[in-house]
Amino acid sequence: MGRFVARRLLQMIPVFLGTVTLIFFMVHILPGDPVAAMWGDKAVDPAQLAAFKHARGLDQPLIQQYLDYLGKLFRGDFGMAMDGRPVIDKISGAFPVTLRLALLAFAIEIVLGVTIGLFAGLRRGKAFDKGTLVLTLLLISIPVPVLGFIFQNIFSTQLGWVTPTVQDSMNLGQLLLPAIVLGSLSLAYVARLTRTSIAENIKADYMRTAVAKGLPKRKVIGTHLLRNSMIPVVTFLGTDLGALMGGAIVTEGIFNVKGVGFELYHAINLKEGATVSGFVVVLVLVYLAASLIVDLLYAVLDPRIRYA
Amino acid sequence: MPDLTDTKTEIPAQRAAEVPEAKPEKARSLGLDAWHDLRRRPIFVISALLIVLLIVIAIAPGLFTSVDPRAGDLRTHFLTKPNYGHLFQPDWFGYDGQGRSIYARVIYGARASVVVGICVTAGVTVLGGITGMIAGYFGGWVDTIVSRVTDIFFGIPLLLGALVVLNAFTSRTIWSVVFALVALGWTQMTRVMRGSVITVKQADYVTAAKALGAGTTRIMVKHILPNAIAPVIVVATIALGGYIATEATLSFLGIGLQDPTISWGIDINSAQKVIRTAPFALFFPAGMLSITVLAFIMLGDAVRDALDPKLR
Amino acid sequence: MTTATENKPTAAAERLAPGTPLLDVRDLHVEFKTRDGVAKAVNGVNYSVAAGETLAVLGESGSGKSVTAQTIMGILDMPPGRITSGEILFRGQDMLKMSNEERRKIRGRKIAMIFQDALSSLNPVLSVGYQLGEMFRVHQGASRKEAKAKAIELMDRVRIPAAAQRVGDYPHQFSGGMRQRIMIAMALALEPDLIIADEPTTALDVTVQAQVMDLLAELQAEYHMGLILITHDLGVVADVADKIAVMYAGRIVETAPVHELYANPAHPYTKGLLRSIPRLDQKGQDLYAIKGLPPNLLKVPAGCAFNPRCDAATDLCRTEIPALHQVLDKDGAELAGRKSACHLWKETLHG
Repeated sequence: MGRFVARRLLQMIPVFLGTVTLIFFMVHILPGDPVAAMWGDKAVDPAQLAAFKHARGLDQPLIQQYLDYLGKLFRGDFGMAMDGRPVIDKISGAFPVTLRLALLAFAIEIVLGVTIGLFAGLRRGKAFDKGTLVLTLLLISIPVPVLGFIFQNIFSTQLGWVTPTVQDSMNLGQLLLPAIVLGSLSLAYVARLTRTSIAENIKADYMRTAVAKGLPKRKVIGTHLLRNSMIPVVTFLGTDLGALMGGAIVTEGIFNVKGVGFELYHAINLKEGATVSGFVVVLVLVYLAASLIVDLLYAVLDPRIRYA
Repeated sequence: MPDLTDTKTEIPAQRAAEVPEAKPEKARSLGLDAWHDLRRRPIFVISALLIVLLIVIAIAPGLFTSVDPRAGDLRTHFLTKPNYGHLFQPDWFGYDGQGRSIYARVIYGARASVVVGICVTAGVTVLGGITGMIAGYFGGWVDTIVSRVTDIFFGIPLLLGALVVLNAFTSRTIWSVVFALVALGWTQMTRVMRGSVITVKQADYVTAAKALGAGTTRIMVKHILPNAIAPVIVVATIALGGYIATEATLSFLGIGLQDPTISWGIDINSAQKVIRTAPFALFFPAGMLSITVLAFIMLGDAVRDALDPKLR
Repeated sequence: MTTATENKPTAAAERLAPGTPLLDVRDLHVEFKTRDGVAKAVNGVNYSVAAGETLAVLGESGSGKSVTAQTIMGILDMPPGRITSGEILFRGQDMLKMSNEERRKIRGRKIAMIFQDALSSLNPVLSVGYQLGEMFRVHQGASRKEAKAKAIELMDRVRIPAAAQRVGDYPHQFSGGMRQRIMIAMALALEPDLIIADEPTTALDVTVQAQVMDLLAELQAEYHMGLILITHDLGVVADVADKIAVMYAGRIVETAPVHELYANPAHPYTKGLLRSIPRLDQKGQDLYAIKGLPPNLLKVPAGCAFNPRCDAATDLCRTEIPALHQVLDKDGAELAGRKSACHLWKETLHG
C-alpha cells in the first residue's frame, strides 16, 4: 500500500508542474497591460510605471519570471497581487468559503444521488426509474445560470425561505441553496451512473450466487451489489470535488458568495496574473489530492487493482 | 435468458457442419442494428426532429421572423409583455430591456449555440481521436506522454480555463469561443479513444490482420477505428449539449460572445437585471437553451443505449 | 425413475426411507418472454433424486437443463422467466407454493448450487473467507471470528493448500481449479441434502476437471447427499452418475441407469451423442456429427422436436409429439428406470 501511494505521488509531480506551467503562460501571454490598467484612465508617468514593474520583477523576460514564480511557489510564496496584498491572503480568505460550499454540494450529491440511483437501478424500467431518468435529464439540460435564477426566484422571491443572496459567506444554512444549485448537475450524473451500474451488476453471476446462498435481500443488495456498483461512481466523484470548486464561479456570482469563483472572476477581468495563477495552483492541488484519495478508495473497493 | 446464454457448453453434436447460431436471421452489423433500434425509440425521434429544426433555424433564421433582432425601439417597446396569441409575430415573446423582439433574438441566437456545439464537438473528436488512437495503438513512451498531457488538462476546470483563454481576445467571436473550448476540451476525447483503442487492439481480428501483414495505417483505419469509435461517438454526442451550455455560461459571465453576436447566454445575462419586472425576458432564451441542450443529451442517450448492447 | 412415495413434512421424515426421492420435479413448464416471442425453455420435465444418488442431466445449450436447475433453486430471473405449471417437491413439500422467506431458508442450507464459472460467480471484491463465512453468519448467526475459523476448515476440507494464509485472498488470486474448490466448499458449508452442480468442470483444464470431479464425488458419498450434475460431458457422467436424463428442447427424451444408456441407447439423439465422441479404436474414420442445428425455442418443430435432425424420422415423428415410453427388452419385460421419448424406440434399441 505504501509503495502504491508513493508511486501515485511521484506521478503527480509532472502533472502538477505541467499544470502550473500551462496556467502561468496562459495567464501571462494575455495581451493588455494589467499595470497600466491599475491607473485606469488617468495619465501615467512612464518612469513611475517602469519603477513599479521593476519592483515587481515584471520587466524581466517571461521565462525568468516563470522560474522566479516556481522558485517562490516551492517556498510557499504565491507572490503579490497588483494592489500589494499577498495572494496567499486572498487564497486563505476565499478557499474556506468555497470548500464549505463545495463540500456541502458534494454531500448532497452523494447522499441523494446514490440513493436515487440505487432505487432506480433496482426498479429498472418501472415508473420510479423512468421518472428519475426524465428528471435527471432535465437537471443536466438546464444550464447552471438558469437553474440558479429559477431556484433563487422560487425559494427567496416567491416562498421567502431564504434571502436571495448570501449575506454571510461562512454560514452553512445560507450556503444551502447555492450548494443545491452547484451540486445539482453532479447529482444528476451520480444518480444516472449509480442506476446504470446497479442495473448492470444486478445481472452478474455473483449476484445469482448470493441469492443461491440463501442470503436475505438486504444483504444481497447491501454487501454484494452496492460495493461492486460503487466503483464507477467513486471514479466520477473523485474528479468532481475539484470541478465543483472550480465551477463555483457562476453559482457564487448569482448568490454573491465571496469565494474562489468570486475572487477569480475579478482577477481574470483585471488580468491579475499572480492572483489567477495562485488560485488555479491551489485548485489543482485540491484536484490532485482528491484524485489520490479516490485511487486509494478504489483500491479498497476493488482488490483486483490493489498494488498494481 | 439464462439457458440460451451459456454458450460455453460445447456438446459433441454441436460440432455439426454449420456453426450453431441461435438466431441466424438476426446477424446484422452493430451499426445497422443500432439504427434499427434507434428508429423505434421515441426519444431518439423527438430529439432528432428538434435538432433538425434547430439546424434549420440556425442556417436560415430569416424563414422564421422578418424582424431585425438587433433593432430596438426603447420608446415604444421597452419590456413590453409577450402577446401569446401572436404566434411567430415579433411581439410573441415580448420585448427586452432595449426594446428588441425577444422572439427574433431567440431565433437568431440559435446560430451561435448550434455552431459552437457542432464545431467544438468536431474539433475535440478529431484532435482527441487522433491523439487517443496514437497513444492507445503505440503505447510505451508515446502513451506515457499523451496520458500525462491529458492529466494536466484534466486538472484545469473547462469553464475556468476558457475564461482565462477568452480573456486574451480583445474582440471575441464565435470562433474564439470554439478555439478556447477545443483547446481545453480535446483531452476528454483522447482518454475515451485511448481506452477504446487499447481494448480493441487486443482483439483476435487485429492480431489476425497483423499476422496477414497489414500495415500500421491500414490496421488503424480499417480494423481498429470502426470498432473503437462507438464510445467516442456516444461521449461526443452527450458532450455536445455540454459545450452549448458552456458557451451560454461564458457569454452569461460576459467573457464569451459579445454584441453584435446574438447568444442566449448574453440575453440571459441582460435579463438578469430585469428579472423582477420582466421574467419573460429570462424565460424564453433560457427555455430555448435548455431545450437545445436537452435535445442533444437525449440524442446522445439514445445513441448510447443503441450502441451499448450490454445494457439492452 | 423412482416413483414418488408419500413423505410427510414432519421431523420424522428427516431420515428418508431408502429409494424415496429427496427431490421430485413433476411436469415442470417454464417459458421466457422475449422481444421476438415466447420461448418455451422447459416443457414438462419430470425427474427425481434420492439421498446419496447422482442424477446426470445431459443436453446441449438451450435444452432447458440449466433453466430447470435454476427453477429448482429459485434463482430464475422472473421476469422474463415464468413457471407456467408443475411442482417441485422437496422432501414432499411443493417449493413453488412456499413463501419467499421459506424458500430462502432452504437455499444454501438444504439445497446448494455449484456454478460453472467460478471466477464470475464469486464476488470479485470480497475475500473468499468472507464469502464462505457468510453462509455461517447468515444461516447460523455465527460471529465474524467463528465464521472465519469455519471458512478455513472448509477450505482445508476441499484441500486448498495453506488455507489459513489464503482465507483473506480474493477470487482472482486463485487458480481456476482452486476457485472451483471454493465454490464446492461454499455449497458444502452447511452440509445440504442436495447439491445442484451446473457444469462444474466445464471451465477447467482436463487434468483439473478429474480432480474436482473426484473431490465432489467423494464429499457427496461422505455426506450422503443427493447430486444433480448438469453437464454436456459424457465422460464425466460415466464415472460418477447413477442415472442419466437426456434433455432436448426442454423435454426429457431418455432416462436410464448410466451404464445401460452407454451400452444401448433408446433414443436417436442419445445415439448420435454417443457416436460423436472421438474414440481411439476408430482412429482415421470420419467423426460422426448430428446434422443441423439445435432447435429455436421460439419455433420448436412440430411433432418430435428432434425430427429435422433425425436420420430415422417418419411422418409420425413430424406430426405427433412422442410420450416418454417405458422401454421394454426383447422379451417384453420392463427395463427398470428406462424410458424413451421416441416413436421408434424399439427399432433404436433393438434394431
